[in-house]
Amino acid sequence: MPDDDSKKNLAEHSGVSRRDFLKISTISAAVPLVAGPQTVLAAGEQVPVYGPGKVPMALTVNGKRCALHLEPRVTLLDALRDDLDITGAKRVCDRGECGACTVLMDNKLVYACSVLAIEAQGKQIETVECLMENGKLHPIQKAFVDRDASQCGFCTPGFVVACKSLLDKHPNPTPEDIRRGLSGNFCRCGTYAGIREVILESSRTTKGA
Amino acid sequence: MSNYKWPDRNTRTLIGKRTTRVDSSVKVSGQAKYTYDVKRPGMLYGKMVRCPYAHSKVISIDTSAAEKMSGVKAVHVVQGPGTQIHWAGDEVVAIAAVDERTAEDAARLVIVKYEKLPHLVSDAEPPKGAAEEQGPLSVDDLEDMLDNQVPDRQMVQQIQQYGISFKPTEDLLKEAKDDGAADSVIEAVRNATVHEGAATRPKPYYQKAAAIIQGEPDKAFSEAEVIGEGVYGIPVITHCCLESHGSTSEWTSPNHLFVHMSTQNVSGIAAQMAEPLKIPASNIRVRQEHIGGGFGSKFSPDRWGIVTAELSKKAGGKPVRMMLERDSELKVAGARPSAFAHVKIAAKKDGTVTAWRSESWGTGGPGGGGMPPIPYVFNIPNQHKEHTAIRNNIGPARAWRAPNHPQAAVLTMCAMEDLAAKLNMDPLALFQKNLSITGARAKNYAEEFGIAADLMGWKQKWHPRPAAVPTGLARGVGLSIHTWGGRGHNSDCDFTIHPDGSVDIKMGTQDLGTGTRTAILVVAADTLGIPIDAINLQIGDTLYPPSGGSGGSTTIGGVSSSTRRAAVDARDTLFAKVAPALNAQPHDLECTNGTVSVKSDPSRSLIWKQACAKIGAMPVTNRGKNPDRNKPPDLTNSGVAGVQMAEVEVDPETGIVQVKKMVAVQDCGLVVNIKTAESQCLGALIMGISYSLFEEKIMDPITGVMLNPNMEFYRLAGLNDVPELVVHMMTGEGYDERGVIGLGEPPVISPGAAISNAVANALGVRVPFLPLTPDRVLSAISQKAGA
Amino acid sequence: MRQFEYVSPKTKAQAFSLLGPSWGESEIIAGGTDLLALMKDDVVRPKRLVNIKSIEGFDNHPKAGFKDSPLGGGANIGALVTLGDLVESPKFRKLMNDYPAFAEAVGEAASPQIRSLATLGGNLCQRPRCWYFRNGFGLLPQDETGKDLVSAGENRYHAILGNEGRAKFVSPSTIVPILIAYNAKIQIVGPKGHRELPIEKFYLIPKSDGEREHDLRPNEIISVLVLPSSQGVQAAHYEIRQKAAFDWPLAVAAVALKMNGDTVSAARVVLGNVAPVPWISPEAEQALVGKTVNEETAKTAAEAALKNATPLSHNAYKIQLAKVALKRAILKAGGTA
Repeated sequence: MPDDDSKKNLAEHSGVSRRDFLKISTISAAVPLVAGPQTVLAAGEQVPVYGPGKVPMALTVNGKRCALHLEPRVTLLDALRDDLDITGAKRVCDRGECGACTVLMDNKLVYACSVLAIEAQGKQIETVECLMENGKLHPIQKAFVDRDASQCGFCTPGFVVACKSLLDKHPNPTPEDIRRGLSGNFCRCGTYAGIREVILESSRTTKGA
Repeated sequence: MSNYKWPDRNTRTLIGKRTTRVDSSVKVSGQAKYTYDVKRPGMLYGKMVRCPYAHSKVISIDTSAAEKMSGVKAVHVVQGPGTQIHWAGDEVVAIAAVDERTAEDAARLVIVKYEKLPHLVSDAEPPKGAAEEQGPLSVDDLEDMLDNQVPDRQMVQQIQQYGISFKPTEDLLKEAKDDGAADSVIEAVRNATVHEGAATRPKPYYQKAAAIIQGEPDKAFSEAEVIGEGVYGIPVITHCCLESHGSTSEWTSPNHLFVHMSTQNVSGIAAQMAEPLKIPASNIRVRQEHIGGGFGSKFSPDRWGIVTAELSKKAGGKPVRMMLERDSELKVAGARPSAFAHVKIAAKKDGTVTAWRSESWGTGGPGGGGMPPIPYVFNIPNQHKEHTAIRNNIGPARAWRAPNHPQAAVLTMCAMEDLAAKLNMDPLALFQKNLSITGARAKNYAEEFGIAADLMGWKQKWHPRPAAVPTGLARGVGLSIHTWGGRGHNSDCDFTIHPDGSVDIKMGTQDLGTGTRTAILVVAADTLGIPIDAINLQIGDTLYPPSGGSGGSTTIGGVSSSTRRAAVDARDTLFAKVAPALNAQPHDLECTNGTVSVKSDPSRSLIWKQACAKIGAMPVTNRGKNPDRNKPPDLTNSGVAGVQMAEVEVDPETGIVQVKKMVAVQDCGLVVNIKTAESQCLGALIMGISYSLFEEKIMDPITGVMLNPNMEFYRLAGLNDVPELVVHMMTGEGYDERGVIGLGEPPVISPGAAISNAVANALGVRVPFLPLTPDRVLSAISQKAGA
Repeated sequence: MRQFEYVSPKTKAQAFSLLGPSWGESEIIAGGTDLLALMKDDVVRPKRLVNIKSIEGFDNHPKAGFKDSPLGGGANIGALVTLGDLVESPKFRKLMNDYPAFAEAVGEAASPQIRSLATLGGNLCQRPRCWYFRNGFGLLPQDETGKDLVSAGENRYHAILGNEGRAKFVSPSTIVPILIAYNAKIQIVGPKGHRELPIEKFYLIPKSDGEREHDLRPNEIISVLVLPSSQGVQAAHYEIRQKAAFDWPLAVAAVALKMNGDTVSAARVVLGNVAPVPWISPEAEQALVGKTVNEETAKTAAEAALKNATPLSHNAYKIQLAKVALKRAILKAGGTA
């Protein structure tokens, strides 16, 4: 049962007891534990508190609403990979430095490792997996294949999403658009030459939809 | 007698042409599953408690709090009290829990007490004071030499000079042979003088090897008309594979293990896990469909891989996944040894190089660092070489793409370029002048020089070095050459043609993103005359016949030749079954364009499906084995050349180097797939730009820890740092007939030297050490200004 | 990351209460791009994250956009506006056209993925990149004998100015120097109400462990960035970094000039990533006032700015880079680059 779990987890996993938290707020009166979401009294009002144990969450990923039960400290990346088995986005640096976990959130390019799952709620999350339609590769994906812009492939999902986002914003990107748009993704095998060709080819032929 | 020979240029349909990589679509769609993605039912997650000190002894470990934590399923002490730890980040305790966060929380509750010991993490200065003489070699010393690919002759010489500190049992010798030691080395160990007790002496930080002398260097130097002199160096870097090391292990029975591992050696892992886990290798299944990079660092299960299996056992056999975090990956999962040298080259005024003298040093962590093969490519007749290995606490060395060759290239080609400048000679002319001492590949270099020069516009772009450092943006060009072996490794290929015409291949090999799958299919499809997508290929499982590890650039030769043999045999078996239906003899038949037909009368033919229907009820199966000395010809070869040129632009006010263009001319015998071969070269050039300009493992002298174990300050080239790249693969006469030779490593050897040379050409001053960061460039400029 | 509670207050008062009066217990989560990394590295260990993006009617709500400053001319930008929106959203195009040097600095910051989430307020409050700090040795790292790790160790990216005390890290924000050059201010809200201060006053050099690099109290929130009118201001931002993009600069220079015909009548010169705080250079400003902008005067001003630099053992090269960045920024601002 979610609520029991969260209470149990709170007691066992929390580094700090409820009493400690009360010390921080301006109210010192004991707060009765409630059966619903936990709350804390702040400025005279009950404010919902999520965690530290697991809390119910809903993420909309690739058009589908997914119900999850996660601690607030779970990143969007880990939720995608470990809880939803959507493994296109990869964990490489886990610090927002390499781009392998790039996804779209409300159409913005983000590092999924740098977003808490709890904060990704209510947003449209799109990963590389949603680009294919009816089993056919999206034109950008096909361009990656044709231009040999993928070797080991670990950076590829992040790059595909970044390229798509770039071309959606700039269907005919200037060198400066490309420089800024693809600055957040790295490849160790060295597929950049092929990726450049993907952009060139796609900017001639695709509307990037 | 089967004819396995590669088909002629005019009969090849796929071999030697451009074929799109077959596994790109699953990668671009996110469907490809890597070890990091594999989720097993009931899977637990493993985390390590790691030592924070560069050199210490474990005094005590208290895991009680961790063991009591809810969600923790297993705790395993990796290095217990009394163990000496030799680098920060080394594993001490392992924990498996229901999720990663619980495992991390539990790891924080483990209390380890250490006694800190003195450490050394630097390597850039030449060792001060008298370096101790090399003592008798231990087993570890020999293993390090093998890991660092120290030449056999050097190993034998050291074994004979210093003896060994252990008894050379037959078991040990067999292990050494399995690790790749040459017969000459095995014999030297067998006959070596044994100094018992030497192993227990503490190892000094600096170990000087005996001088290696060839010819009469002193005389040659005294007679030299010109002597070039300089200091050059290349630092410790890491592999930084995007997919870190790691595995998932589960016990499917009390003594059967199923492992998913990120490895470049699928077939070789089981044997390495069997002994420590005390189960037969035949009970271990290893599987990997895709791998996110290896670059030489993933040949072994590593201690953490064994520990993961131990955790699983303790957790009742449940699957446990442990993948290294980025900081651990950069700290402990391997480093490329550094190499520095003070070099002198003697030459005649016309550029003929006569002598070489070097005092070199470098580190590979606790194993010291062997001398790279210098002078590189140019076998200068008179040589005097001294090398000091620095043992330190930076972390363990591992083979890094073309081990020791990038180092050798920088130390040699930069010295050659400086010599050329002193002679007022175009370095291309200097290299060409000395082609005769480049050995078997001299003719290849000669050809490749011409093509590279054309593609770079060398004649238009090269200029003598400016007398003073330019005040505005300065352009320059530089070159380097390299060599590599690359003969195909052992490989078995199971090849089946079914009566319904479907074909399947099973091989235990791995595809690192090198295009291995595609190459196998190209060979098979070309041999059978059917399209690639008519063949089902499965790789990456110990259920399939073994192939060697992907190291030494031996995969393409291995898999292409075993596939060729298997395909030819399968085809011939098919011909035997089909011949009667076509009223012909088997040797009269050929398969092309999806049909089996009579060579002399193509109208007598069957389409592939019809032909296969003649097989009967049971499929035709064959196993191709390579090398198979009973079945000539040798489809593979060894020995490639390679020429690279770089053009740079340097801002002398800021010291920022931008690479403007790179050219790589590369041979590798018969190129199986030109498209993926070019990508290998392009990728290597980019990796080269990274290590020339940005990469270094930065250690803190006081605390001994790695300061940049992240991708913020362990920097790789981005798309915008990469300029025009031109790759030309050598093909046709003089190349195709040599057979298939490996390509993965050679093109990553030269970029450092070529770029450093280009910078020297642009500025008129040598920046001695890579990476060519603004601080180093500015320092070189100001030293010249001050001089 | 360690466990934490997550709260989303609806009012400012709730937020102040939940943040609490001391550092270490709670942290603001805005974009989270720096915070999550700090938490994963265990450098900060908040027990509570206070999400400030749901506060209703907050001046810094992204939908509030900007409005004209009560001082006339200029603009207010909510502190929750992301860097990405600043340079890409049509809503801010006109505003950013008035502050082109600021637009350039924002567009060059980090990567598109970071810019999507990173807020103005978060950028101003981001913690230093010092690798001793990020590896857990503290902001003013010493070994057990009291030896300063930075001075004795790897200091190639550390401060060349303002480093006489224990603080040797450099201020990390690449957009703050140009904001200071534009004379921007920030408004801060807290339990005691509003306060406004020039950005350069916001930054402090910590003297002891536990102090932060800025003036924000633990239960305060930056609410608005206040930009004065840029009328008649010629400004430039110049970064020196080794890689073409997504690489921390080795030196940043920001210059804003007011011209009287050909001559400089007023100058603001700010260096970034060279000192623990953004470094205003009165010496350079004085060297420029009354002069025309040319290679020589720019060089003289740059030399003046770095005259008293105190390099550490491995970062003297940053003096050269700072001079070059400043010279080029001056020439750019003067329109003669």
